[in-house]
Amino acid sequence: MHPWLPFEWIAATRFLREGRMQSLLIIVGVGVGVSVIVFMSALLSGLQSNLVKRTLSSQAHIVLLPPEEVARPQTEDAGNGLGPLIQKQAQRLRSIDQWQKLRARLSTLPEIAAVSPVASGPAFAVRGDANKSVTVLGIEPENYIRVVALDEKMVAGSLRLNAGEALIGIELAKDVGAGVGDKLRLNSSNGATDTLIITGLFDLGNKGVNARNVYVSLRSAQTLLDLVGGISSIDIGLVDIYGAEKLAQRLAAETGLQADSWIKTNAQFFTALTSQRVSSNVIRFFVGLSVAFGIASVLVVSVVQRAKEIGILRAMGATRGQLLRTFLLQGGIVGLCGSLIGSALAALFLALWQTLARNADGTPLFVISVEPGLVFIAAAGATLVGTLAAFIPARRAAGLDPVVAIRG
Amino acid sequence: MADAEAVLELADVHKSYGTGTALEIEILHGIDLQLQRGEFAALIGPSGSGKSTLLNLIGLLDRPTGGHLAIDGQATTKLDDGALTRLRGRRIGFVFQHHLLIPAFTALENVMMPMLVDRGRPDAEMRERAATLLEQVGLGERMDNPASQLSGGQQQRVAIARALVMQPALVLADEPTGNLDTHSADDVFALMRAINVARQTTFLIVTHDQRLAARCDRRIELVDGRIVADVKTA
Ligand SMILES: Nc1ncnc2c1ncn2[C@@H]1O[C@H](COP(=O)(O)OP(=O)(O)O)[C@@H](O)[C@H]1O
Ligand SMILES: [Mg+2]
Repeated sequence: MHPWLPFEWIAATRFLREGRMQSLLIIVGVGVGVSVIVFMSALLSGLQSNLVKRTLSSQAHIVLLPPEEVARPQTEDAGNGLGPLIQKQAQRLRSIDQWQKLRARLSTLPEIAAVSPVASGPAFAVRGDANKSVTVLGIEPENYIRVVALDEKMVAGSLRLNAGEALIGIELAKDVGAGVGDKLRLNSSNGATDTLIITGLFDLGNKGVNARNVYVSLRSAQTLLDLVGGISSIDIGLVDIYGAEKLAQRLAAETGLQADSWIKTNAQFFTALTSQRVSSNVIRFFVGLSVAFGIASVLVVSVVQRAKEIGILRAMGATRGQLLRTFLLQGGIVGLCGSLIGSALAALFLALWQTLARNADGTPLFVISVEPGLVFIAAAGATLVGTLAAFIPARRAAGLDPVVAIRG
Repeated sequence: MADAEAVLELADVHKSYGTGTALEIEILHGIDLQLQRGEFAALIGPSGSGKSTLLNLIGLLDRPTGGHLAIDGQATTKLDDGALTRLRGRRIGFVFQHHLLIPAFTALENVMMPMLVDRGRPDAEMRERAATLLEQVGLGERMDNPASQLSGGQQQRVAIARALVMQPALVLADEPTGNLDTHSADDVFALMRAINVARQTTFLIVTHDQRLAARCDRRIELVDGRIVADVKTA
């Protein structure tokens, strides 16, 4: 008996230790349940964050664009019975009004981690015989990399964009046969032209993007695309990527601009992620429930077995509250021990899974690990579930009539 | 009237089971009884006469359905469960026929238990007091044995030490020797008697053993829920 432990702790641990086989079996049972939950959670969050990361590696969380122009009918009434003819206009490059002011205000919002103005438009990249259709993106590199981690995606040269310099993707580099230090000419649709020196090659993990995107300085793009002083979009990086759609709607309402969140742009992908999470939550809920029932049933049996001892404890002056807490604690302890075994098992499963699930070249499919945070949540959750599950047996123990218990 | 030295006072105590149902049956029909400090009394009577029922009422494990019951001068009928539990733990010691030690604990820890539940956590004084008592009942060598590894007589001696550890006013023993051979029964009885003499602790002992009953100072006989004889011999 440790002098600092209260009666309830001493009794709870002694009872668990005495019912050795029962305790061991239920703790292992809880462990298996917890390991399924932890393994699934780690796998799912690893998988999803990997997918999301890949998806978001080349796009902003929210893009603010000028509002779509509404086409007006040519005449109020054509009088030919066909009604007004409404045609959607081809969108021409337009700038966002007063974007500096808007940018300053966006930067103050706590949900927003980074704001990057972009001037972008179509152009042709010409080098020798090669002539490729590209998208020119004029950026401020120091801000843009906080939205799209271009700096981490450089495979050659460096991320440097002074006037007259450009970054191109590895696909375009192949297509036009150019490398770092080579020259590349850009022709815009309005006839402007510029010759730039390639300072770096990037790989954003997406073939289309690697073939299409040409990054230049904001000023170069503004000149080339006839957008002097203007920008065509504001790219926004968020603190919480899953809050993107809500914020986008708020920004659209406040600014009158079009606000596209990555969630909307990748609606199908996002739906898939959500349904994956929902189904895993359902599984986790039912595993948790069966763990709770397991703990409850073992403790109910234990209360019946210990009726005499409970009666004698009451006769010796133990209060109902002390017995209630003794059995609640047993549930909590079983939950906690089970969760530790479960986390260890889950780590083992994950290590095994990672050696089995590999790319063709032998590298891991993606990196997942049992994070301390997850172990902590599992431990806290299992302890809570165990304590709650112990509630019914604990109340029975506390409510036992000592006369009946001792005589029985 | 309550004597200043009255440890136990019962006046017109009734006990029925199944109150409010068709099966209502009265077991005790108006018990009047007083025990003074230092008394050593036997409660005798045929099986089914209500001896255990009466002991459970006196031990505050159960409540009378009528009458007055006071322990140490304190009326108990209006106390709530928490107060009854505290009074029981501090003023009354129990010795049962079937020993009823808690097997998950050692002999010493079993003796400490009433103090442990009273104080909430163990301390050195508790341990010392329990060890001294175990030595007095002749089990100084067996203190750290698990309770389940002791013989019947030894277990009953541990139970007696446990009943005494809170220095209660009253020890209630329900057939404490009923499960023991004659030799162990004599030992256990002699031990209770010695404690009674040394500490002036009041004992109320239910027994079927005429020989042992004859060695008590007072014999109370219960038949069909009524006290039919109450004889003091000392
Ligand atoms: N919970 C109960 N419900 C109904 N009858 C009971 C209950 N407990 C005891 N009795 C009855 O009360 C009577 C007295 O029992 P008890 O006090 O155990 O007698 P003793 O200890 O003298 O042998 C018996 O007839 C018994 O059947
Ligand atoms: Mg009896």
